[in-house]
Amino acid sequence: MTIASEPANDHASGSVGGRLLNFLKYGANSDPDAPKVPFYRHPVFVRVTHWTNVVVLTVMLMSGLQIFNAHSALYWGAQSDFEHPWISMTAQQNDDGSLKGVTKIGPWHFDTTGWLGASKVDGQWAVRGFPAWATIPGPQWLAMGRLWHFFFAWLFVANGVIFASLAVYSGHFRRDLKPRGSDITGLPTEIVHHAKLQFPKGEAAKAYNPLQRLTYFTVIFVIAPLIVLTGLTMSPTMDAAFPFLPWIFGGRQSARTIHFLCAFSFVLFFVVHIVMVVLSGTWNNIRSMITGRYEIEEGGHA
Amino acid sequence: MREGATRRGFLMRGLAGIGTLALAGCDAVSQPAWVDPLLRSAEALTKRVQRLFAGDHALAQEFTKADIAPSFRANGTLDPGTAEYRAHAQKNFADWNVTVGGLVQHPLSLSIAQLRKMPSRTQITRHDCVEGWSCIGEWTGTPMAQILALAGVKPNAKYVVFYCADPMSDSDGDGVNDSDFYYESLDLVEATHPQTILAYNLNGQPLAIEHGAPVRIRAERQLGYKQPKYVKDIVVVDSLEKIGGGKGGYWEDQGYNWWGGI
Repeated sequence: MTIASEPANDHASGSVGGRLLNFLKYGANSDPDAPKVPFYRHPVFVRVTHWTNVVVLTVMLMSGLQIFNAHSALYWGAQSDFEHPWISMTAQQNDDGSLKGVTKIGPWHFDTTGWLGASKVDGQWAVRGFPAWATIPGPQWLAMGRLWHFFFAWLFVANGVIFASLAVYSGHFRRDLKPRGSDITGLPTEIVHHAKLQFPKGEAAKAYNPLQRLTYFTVIFVIAPLIVLTGLTMSPTMDAAFPFLPWIFGGRQSARTIHFLCAFSFVLFFVVHIVMVVLSGTWNNIRSMITGRYEIEEGGHA
Repeated sequence: MREGATRRGFLMRGLAGIGTLALAGCDAVSQPAWVDPLLRSAEALTKRVQRLFAGDHALAQEFTKADIAPSFRANGTLDPGTAEYRAHAQKNFADWNVTVGGLVQHPLSLSIAQLRKMPSRTQITRHDCVEGWSCIGEWTGTPMAQILALAGVKPNAKYVVFYCADPMSDSDGDGVNDSDFYYESLDLVEATHPQTILAYNLNGQPLAIEHGAPVRIRAERQLGYKQPKYVKDIVVVDSLEKIGGGKGGYWEDQGYNWWGGI
């Protein structure tokens, strides 16, 4: 383990502005005065498919919520037991005529007015599952939501196939993404490091850490295929072509539920991913995903 | 109690009405003109690939009696409401004739009694609505392949168009729909699929009005809007361009995909 070099006085490292700038560049546990070594982190296919995915998944998510809004309830099994959805977003009319949004999960009822069940569209209260700002298009328009969703679904699959093929071909999969036994045993330590915002430095920063490997592997090679397959299971023609599809997911309505849960796993991933990007150095990370260049701070784990 | 009932009613209308609102929104929303055709370009690819996998004859899953929904959800038009339809309903559709015309050798006019005498098919299938829900029911009807074979489809035929008795628009603003009758179309592959039937029974009973009495189409590899109710006239054509809005169906003319397999 190398020891960080002496702080140099000519740096503005002590000032608030300097510390903020350093946080935006290199994250929460960076020493502004430690030497940085450039490292070519992401090959071009990773960068291109990553940003393609940002656009594609955003459209898929928002048009998906538009489609969901056409029947804002989810069920388990082959068909809809309309009296017993496991989750539903509905609206009730208050005495003064205004709307109250109610989200029901099993026996629990939540007042979600303005967010789920009832929200404003162009200043007018409307009965709708997810609010207009979260859907494509904004107002209720199932036909158009389906057009967006089914166009971008092809891009999502194409982008995924290109990424997976090149990842395997280039060794990126074997080297960086394939989980190994030590990822599991090393997990508690890694979680502590993450919780303390102690991100890898030096040589250790050149590879994904166990938590990254497990997360990326799960998101790319488990949730993404799952969301495609459950999406296909909602198609009556695909169910005729591949009867095992509804069978493995426990029915079309179960597939719709799993599709929705996968979509929210993506959302959860986005949130954690973006938080980690910010904490471990917004600019350094974003630049490495644009140009490939990443600056590694010398030292091991801080 | 009354308030509760009203609320519940409102709630149900809210859920059921969302689909209708969805379609009303079409005119209100603007987006660049090139977006729609670009997005729509995926439809042909989707259709081609789905047909490649499903082929012409792959069957939709059939269920058992135990799977039948206690109450089959009715959607879309629940009662055509026209004077003509009311008169037919009063006579138990005794005078209702389904005509088969267009590009056929022998135009037909079949009464419900005649249809019921023809060889039938009974299937317990899952109905998938474009809104996202599903319902399982047992349908009995005359296979369309049989009806079309009887009529003798001409070689240049491509599509089968179904004209229905339910009006979708209210032209004089009196709150009662009176124009813009529902219509739909299937291509010959889907129209002659073994599970595509002109159904007259649901769960062993003659179709209720809300389910499309006296006859509706079941096309089990397609979404609900592709399976028209209150079918009156069946016309075999080689192009959909000059029919209705030219897109092959009432909802298609409102922007929905013609390919309803997804």
